[in-house]
Amino acid sequence: MDNMTIIAVASIVIAGITIGFGTLGPALAEGKAVATALSSMAQQPDVSDTITRTLFVGLAMIESMAIYCLVVSMILIFANPFWNHAIALAGGK
Amino acid sequence: MHLSPDETIFWQYGFLKLNSTIVITWGLMLVLAIGSKVITCRLSTGLQRSRWQNLLEIVVTGIEKQIEEVGLSQPQKYLGFLGTLFLFIAAASLCTVIPGYEPPTGSLSTTAALAFCVFVAVPFFGIEEQGLGGYLKSYVQPTFIMLPFNIISEFSRTLALAVRLFGNMMSGTMIIGILLTITPFIFPIIMTVLGLLTGMVQAYIFSILAAVYIAAATQVRERKPVPEAED
Repeated sequence: MDNMTIIAVASIVIAGITIGFGTLGPALAEGKAVATALSSMAQQPDVSDTITRTLFVGLAMIESMAIYCLVVSMILIFANPFWNHAIALAGGK
Repeated sequence: MHLSPDETIFWQYGFLKLNSTIVITWGLMLVLAIGSKVITCRLSTGLQRSRWQNLLEIVVTGIEKQIEEVGLSQPQKYLGFLGTLFLFIAAASLCTVIPGYEPPTGSLSTTAALAFCVFVAVPFFGIEEQGLGGYLKSYVQPTFIMLPFNIISEFSRTLALAVRLFGNMMSGTMIIGILLTITPFIFPIIMTVLGLLTGMVQAYIFSILAAVYIAAATQVRERKPVPEAED
């Protein structure tokens, strides 16, 4: 396999794995967070405003982990510097 | 692949580029500023008021209540900064209902600039509230070992703010673009609605996180007296 093929295969495979594993952890964590928030709202309905707000802030923090993985995956597919460099080399020949 | 609104260039002179991000940002600023000025040029304090004034009052009092709930006891001082953050990001994502519009927050430069504003504002409000010595002392709380961790956390918080907003906005526009080539009828509209929802949530999250960081920097830590045990 020449260099371009290696770069392409590695980028595609790792992009898929990144987004696959990157959404697994945050999804589990968000499910746990929402479940705990719901049970505490059932225990104390009068502070449900505070609980909802804190829940949203916590969910955004967890979500940003998945967003980091998404950004890396997008970079690998759409703005891959190694691929661009290989293309430039191949086009220059 | 159209990655960000930075790539749509309207006018170029040497290395100075007028791209879609700058044009739409300035357009949003003009709409927000001129709209507010027109609505507030004739305020009424009685029961009879125009619906636009009512709308602005609901928005302003809502933001003020949220800032107060975060823990900032004088919300008027921070209402300008935090309210502007929320309104700008919310307006930027609301306008996706206009066809042919791409949100300027989908470009990393806009979100990095907003995060940098928060990065500068937190020490500014902290020093204003606690004085320079008091604010710098908060970096070595609770022990001196925490100094590098506190400094690193300042930078990583700013980076996280920028990347979170950028990632949410960019992925929203990108998924609509990809779906348009696959199932171009109803499904992209559903994804646009989802993009609107996440845009509003991200605007709220950005401003609430900025408020939490400012509250952490301006809290005067009081030593609570140890309660005596009752026998």
